[in-house]
This record gives sequence, structure tokens and C-alpha cells, in this order.
Amino acid sequence: MSKNGENDHLTRIYDFTIKIKRFDPTTDEAPYWKEYKVSIPKATTLLDTLFKIIEEQDSTLAMRYNCRSAVCGSDAMLINGKYALACQTKPAELGTSTITVEPLPYLPVIKDLVVNMDPFFEKLRAIKPYLITDEDNWPEKEFLQSPAIQKRIDDFSGCIACGSCYSSCVTVWTDKNYLGPAALAQAFRFVIDNRDTATKERLEIADSEDGVYRCHTSFNCVEACPKGIQPTDAIQGLKRKIAVQKIKSLLRLG
Amino acid sequence: MIQKHQFIVVGGGIAGLGAAIEAKEAGLDVLVVSLTHPVRSHSTCAQGGINAPLGNHPEGHDDTWEKHAYDTVKGSDFLADQDAVELMCKEAAPRIYELEHWGVPFSRFDDGRIAQRPFGGAAFPRTCYAADKTGHLIMHALYQRAVKLGVPIVYDRLVFKLARNDERVTGIVALNLITGDLEAYEADAVMIATGGYGRVYANTTNSINNTGLGMAMVYKAGVPLQDMEFVQFHPTTLVGTNILMTEGARGEGGYLRNKLGERFMKKYAPEKMELAPRDIVARAIWTEIMEGRGFDGQYVHLDLTHLGKDHIMERLPQIRELALNFLGIDMIYDPIPIQPGQHYSMGGIAANKHTETPLKGLYAAGECSCVSVHGANRLGGNSLLETAVFGKVGGKKVIEFLQNTPPHNDTASVEKALEEAKTQIEHLLSKDGDEDVFELTKELREIMKAKTFVFRNEKDLQEVIDKIHELKQRYKNIRIKTKDRHYNLELERAISLEGMLLIAETIAAGALYRKESRGAHFRTDYPERDDEKFLHHSMFYYKKWDEPPEIKQKEVVITRWQPVERKY
Repeated sequence: MSKNGENDHLTRIYDFTIKIKRFDPTTDEAPYWKEYKVSIPKATTLLDTLFKIIEEQDSTLAMRYNCRSAVCGSDAMLINGKYALACQTKPAELGTSTITVEPLPYLPVIKDLVVNMDPFFEKLRAIKPYLITDEDNWPEKEFLQSPAIQKRIDDFSGCIACGSCYSSCVTVWTDKNYLGPAALAQAFRFVIDNRDTATKERLEIADSEDGVYRCHTSFNCVEACPKGIQPTDAIQGLKRKIAVQKIKSLLRLG
Repeated sequence: MIQKHQFIVVGGGIAGLGAAIEAKEAGLDVLVVSLTHPVRSHSTCAQGGINAPLGNHPEGHDDTWEKHAYDTVKGSDFLADQDAVELMCKEAAPRIYELEHWGVPFSRFDDGRIAQRPFGGAAFPRTCYAADKTGHLIMHALYQRAVKLGVPIVYDRLVFKLARNDERVTGIVALNLITGDLEAYEADAVMIATGGYGRVYANTTNSINNTGLGMAMVYKAGVPLQDMEFVQFHPTTLVGTNILMTEGARGEGGYLRNKLGERFMKKYAPEKMELAPRDIVARAIWTEIMEGRGFDGQYVHLDLTHLGKDHIMERLPQIRELALNFLGIDMIYDPIPIQPGQHYSMGGIAANKHTETPLKGLYAAGECSCVSVHGANRLGGNSLLETAVFGKVGGKKVIEFLQNTPPHNDTASVEKALEEAKTQIEHLLSKDGDEDVFELTKELREIMKAKTFVFRNEKDLQEVIDKIHELKQRYKNIRIKTKDRHYNLELERAISLEGMLLIAETIAAGALYRKESRGAHFRTDYPERDDEKFLHHSMFYYKKWDEPPEIKQKEVVITRWQPVERKY
């Protein structure tokens, strides 16, 4: 089946201990670890492994999921201490026989691997995450946009809002008001969009005390992103645009 | 406690948000009630594109909505309602421009206009796309628009019960997954936009939550389902996981090859080759596999190696990632093992071109509905279009309805539905049978895969019906192991399974009833299309749990294209 002609990744069975951080705030005093033994083929994803646990061993386990193909952003979690999507991770490729699974840190736990994503989406809302245009004067057909600009937007529009970058950010850990990597990357996505007319307003938000200058460039977000997006690239881009904007207004004053 | 709103939209995908945005802009009191956050919806999984006759492609300057409509009608094997198809294709271009104005970052031609590519069954390259993440980017742009307008959305809600009286719909009941409590919502209009039922099959491209519960809920409440036997099997899904490999891969020039290295489509659709409609390509692949020209008796190759790295990285980056991640194969260098898998439900909640169902105040849009624009087979690129167009059309119709219709004020009917829902949940949780929810689900999905697939026959279909009857009996005897209601996935699955059994039953009953082959429904014992006996929609009415659905006929709307033989 694979290109090397190996045919064992659906048939050969591997044994793992999946160690899951469990917590139900309505009944438990504190989080605790629970271990599950599973035997799975090499090709099995962690998401399917978790389903196997729910279906065969313990249906009290809670998690979110949907597309199982890394595009809906439901199943970001901490796997062996690293941010990843369960559907995009295979236990057999992690190199350990015991695998730890935890909910996204720094977001309130609803139950087990299910977290409250409200803080993440609130930050996203704060940057006005929508195209702003002169709606009374829309062109009859499409706005024109060069393939180069569209491709630059593409560097950030693939965000699946999984929350990994937000949860991994050292500034978010200590400052609940910081807008965080995902929101700032989206702000930049609209700033570079030639259709958008709100650059000034967007740069002001990015320049606020909860904005780009709180980023410590620890690059945790880049490492955490399961889609290969580089929020720090966007944050640097915003800083440059802010600087240019400031110089422009100074010159105007002069 | 019953919450009251003018308009409830069930489901936050592209159709649902489209309707809610329309209603919000008109100042209605609208609420979206969804199982997942909108950006988690299955709409995000649509890859290859959305059709509109923009005429931007150098080979597509002469494209018109009429040509798009004819391709759609022919693709449907003449079962689509042509008035609805005309509406969809007329609205396609304006709707694409609107989505673009809302921010969708479509891929572009060098002149800055929206890029278009060829897709199956289309006379012109008219599929607009945003790399191979078109659904994802439209979904996010709609969510962004909803944020801009302040559309209220609640999620982690499993809507499973419709409230109605003899005259009209009055509300819905949902299980709040977080608290485990039931919530009743009273509304003067309700739109169902809950997507398809793909998970009724073991081999599906669909997201895990696509159980068809929205369809089953209204079916049980007395609203008919339509054309349920027409199930689309996508030709190219990854072997094993059935993750979608977009038709765009063939649109960009990809080949299908059997184990002899032959581009076998030349035998089945000599002109259109790999870009024949999906039903034809899926049958061709399955025939190759069954006749021993597949690999391991399971799959054929989707070969993109001649396209080159740059082309693949620009146009098909997501599916490359998926194939790399799930099979360890890099399509730049090696062919991808693919097989057909369940992909789309042409059938659904009976609705007219305004998305109105036979029940007053109840609307349905998107994959859960059957308006019907796809008939017996949907063309690639027309599902995103349907959701985008009919969500909006439905939203507009609801605005008109609410302006002209007094509120029902029938809170009692909502209270009654809430009480019935409570009884249902308590009954489910307290039963102490010996059947397992997950096991029953698995058995259902496996038999649908084995015997209600690309090729069907009477004997197999009767077996499926008997099996579903058995599973329905066993369902009465299930035991939910986890009793705590707080984010109880087993309870959620048990509620969904009831719906899945009903949906599967209509699919199998419809397939047995329709003694002809049309579009995606192929009967080896009746291999020809039979317009004399079967040029009509099938309508499914719920009777009782232990009884099969009643099947009636409904005329196909033919405006300007008389059925002719379908050749590619």
C-alpha cells in the first residue's frame, strides 16, 4: 500500500498506553490522570484511538471532533506535551509507548479534553475579523486582486481557529488581555488585503497596549500551529506597517 | 424555560449562516443553534470549488447561466426540478460576487479576476476556487460576516426534536451538551440546515457529526423526505480513511489508472474521460476493481505526478498534505490510492425552490434539503453553490413570511415537545438493556457500505431492509453505560442512532422501490433508466417506528429541457 510496498501499517498491531488528563469541574476537585491500554494498527490516528477508548472502554471520556481531516479545528490538544490535532497525529509515529493527552492549557476545561474556546474567539472578534469595504459602492463584479496578494493572504487564511497558538503563547499565559497570535495574524491578513479599507483602524488596534508589542517572539505559536502558519511573521508585518503609518503621519504634521 | 425568537436556524454551516445573515440584516430576531461552532461545520471540508458562469476562464467566455443549468439538469439525469436549477444558476454569479465582497480570498487569474477551473460534467471551466480550501474559506468569510453583523450563535447544542401543531412549526428542542440539560426554543420560523447523513455509511468522506439527525427529526415530525435513494459516491477518496481527494485534482489534469497503468476512463466516457460526472466515474472505478484491475482488490490510482511540484503546491496543497499525513504518500512523486466513498446526499427534506417545506414556517436549505437541484446525481462544485444560494434565498423567504404571518403564540406545543424530549432522554438513560450504541451503529454503517453502495440489487437491498428492521428492534433494548449527562457522547450517539436508522431505512426502501438506474442509483437488475415508470421524485413519509416508510410520487418540474439519453 505505501510507496515502498510495505503492507503492514493496517495489519500489524501495536500496543500503547494512552494516559489522559481527566477533569470534570462539576464533580472533580482536581484533574487526574487515567490510563488506557490500546492495541491499534500503525495507521490509526490518535482521534480514532480516543474513539476506540470511548466505544470499548470508557464512554465517560469527553472530547470535541468533527472532520477528522485537520480542517475543522475541533481536536487540538496537548499530545506528549506538544500541541497537535488528534486527527493529524498517529500514536505509532510518536516514538513512545506511553502517550500523554491533555486539553489545551490556559483555556477553561469544560470536561476532559473539551475546553471553553470563548476567550480565543473574543480576541478574534476584537480585531474586527471581517473585510471592511465601502458597501454602498461595491463593484458590479468582483474586486480585482493580484495573485501575489491573494497568495500572501493565503499564508494566514488557512487558520482553522483550533486555538493551539493562543494556548501556547507565553504572553497569553500572563496577560489575559493580550490579543494573541491567531487574532493578530488575522488582523494582518486583512491589512494586506487590497480590498480592505480599514488599515488605519486595524493598525491602531494592533498598536494598542494589548497588541503586537506584547509579543515576546518566543515562536511558541509557530511551533504549535498544525497548519504551518507563522503568526510571528504577521506580527512583524504589523509592526512594520505601524512604523510606516507613524512616519507618514509625522511627515504630514511636519 | 422556553426561549423565544422570531427565527431559529438549526445548523451553522454555509446554508445556515447564509440564512441567518440575511435575516439579521433585515433586523429579525434570529438565533443560530448549532452542534458545533460554525467554523467546525462540515462546510469547511468542501475543497475544489463553487460553480458560477462568470466567464473569467479564457475557454469560458461564452458561458451563461443557461449552459450551467443544462449541465446541472443533464448531470442530474433529468430528475432535478428545473425551476430550482434555473434559480440557482441565475443566482450563482451575483452570489459569488457577494461572497467575494464579504472577503472570500478566491484564487485569481493574472488579470485579478476570480480564477476558474474545469470540473466534472461541465461544458466550460466554471468552478471558482480558493486553492483546494474553497469550503473552508467561504465558511470562514461567512462566519466573519456573521461576527460583523452580530448574528447570535449558540453551539454545543444537539437539536433533536421539532415542536409543531397541526398547522405549523412552533420551535425546537435541543440537548445542551455542556450542561446536559434540555433547552426549548419557540420560534415563528425554523430553518433546518444540518447537512448530510454520510455517517450512515462506514465508508464516507463526511465529518463525524454528519448523522442526518436534522433530516430524521423533521421526518419523524411528519415532514416528507425526498429522493433518498440517490446517494453520491465520490470517485476519489483515500483508501482506508475515505478522506476526500477533490475533483479539482482531475480538473487540474489528474489521471485515473488501473493496475495495468491504463487510463480506463476511455472505456466509460471517451470524451469527458476523468471529467465525466461523479456517478459515472465512481461506477467505472468500482467496475475496474471488481473485474480485477484494481490494486489489492481495493483501489485504483489517482496520478498527478505529471502536473509538477509547483502546480500541485499552488492549486492542491491541502490534499497533498492529507495524502502525506494519512498515507505517507507525496502526490508530487507517487500516485494516490483511491476508491469511491459515500460523499453527498442528493435527497433530503422535501422543499421547493424557496426552501419552503410542506410544513408552514419550516424551511430547509443545503445538503439536508432536497429542493431539488441535483436530482439523481450532483455535479462537483454545485453543492457549495446550493448552500450559498439557497441559504440566502431561504433567509429572504423567511423575512417575507414573518412580515405576512402573525406569530403562532402556541407555547403549549413547545412545552409539549420539551416534555416528550425529556421523557425520551430519561427513558434512554434509564433503560437497562444489553445492546450497545456503538455496536449497533457499526453494524448499520457496515451493511450500508456493503449492500447499498455503487451497484445495487433487489436481494442485497432486501437484506439491508431486514437488517435495519432487526437493528430497530435491538435499539429498543440499548443500554447507555454513562449516565452522567455532562458532555455525554454516548447519549449523543444514542439519540443520533435513532435518526440514522430512520434515514438508512428510507435510502434502502427508496433504492428497492426504484426499479431503474438513474444517476447515482444503479440497479444491476434494472440497468436502464425508465422514464415511463420512474421520471418522478420519491417521497418518504414516516409511519411508526416498527413500520417501513410510506413512499409516494411527486412530479418532476420540467421547464425547458426534455429528458434525453445521457452521454459523456
